[in-house]
Amino acid sequence: MDITIQYTFLPHTDAEASLAFYRDVLGFELRKDVGYDGMRWLTLGAPGQDAAVVLTPPTADPGITEEEGRTIAEMMAKGTYASIVLATTDVDGVFEQVQASGAEVAQEPIDQPYGVRDCAFRDPSGNMVRIQQPS
Amino acid sequence: MRSGVAAERGSGDRLGIDPRGWHDRRVPGPNDDAQRLRDLALLRRVRDRIDREYAQPLDVEALARGVNLSAGHLSREFKRAYGESVYSYLMTRRIERAMALLRRGDLTVTEVCFEVGCSSLGTFSTRFTELVGVPPSVYRNEPDGVFEAVPSVLAKRVARPVRNREATPARRR
Repeated sequence: MDITIQYTFLPHTDAEASLAFYRDVLGFELRKDVGYDGMRWLTLGAPGQDAAVVLTPPTADPGITEEEGRTIAEMMAKGTYASIVLATTDVDGVFEQVQASGAEVAQEPIDQPYGVRDCAFRDPSGNMVRIQQPS
Repeated sequence: MRSGVAAERGSGDRLGIDPRGWHDRRVPGPNDDAQRLRDLALLRRVRDRIDREYAQPLDVEALARGVNLSAGHLSREFKRAYGESVYSYLMTRRIERAMALLRRGDLTVTEVCFEVGCSSLGTFSTRFTELVGVPPSVYRNEPDGVFEAVPSVLAKRVARPVRNREATPARRR
């Protein structure tokens, strides 16, 4: 079998703020920007890598009830809903740059006991974005 | 007392004055939802700050000041949102970090206690024992033996700092 990861999904609550974070701060390419009924789907990827993150309105699926939608919104706000782990060869340099942009710092770079050095930020929607440098 | 943001909004907002009195709750509207989400985002910042600075001499007052909430409001809302108090969350983080340091084996229990921001060895040992199931001195000597000794609810927490343990491939039972 020959299977790779193509798209992964993260919820967003503010398309413009997310675009500013993922494209302008992290340096991802905007590959697709789809709007429908007041909602927006943004497909972004790292230059040179096919796999992409699709930033998605969290309650676009009509099967999500109002109560579930409220729970999702609350979990996103309190920071327990979604996360992604990115990789870099220079976590300290990346941290300085991202912090300088005014992004919400969740963790300064540290050596984890499980063998990576990583840092973490919150994206504008409250998702946990960890950035690691494999040793 | 509500957050500074809420107070500011309320002063010029007709919803801020409720003629029906304190016992008649008004029906929640979209503004309440938005306010609740803003409050939750502040709680998230407090929780992330604990994750970052647990080794500093943090207390609830300082954490509340950092996001312009009163200590009482922060304590209540944090517990409502995350199911444990600010202080308990802070201590849990310290104990988790202590477990990782004790496993390394190059620091004494007292050194680890101060390293993770606890100023009292007694409080540290008591809380450690409550969470992990054995005192820190025992854990330091035999960290792996602890997994059989703790209830399964805690075992997950015990194992938590070692994230790559979860990813062991082809693990069979």
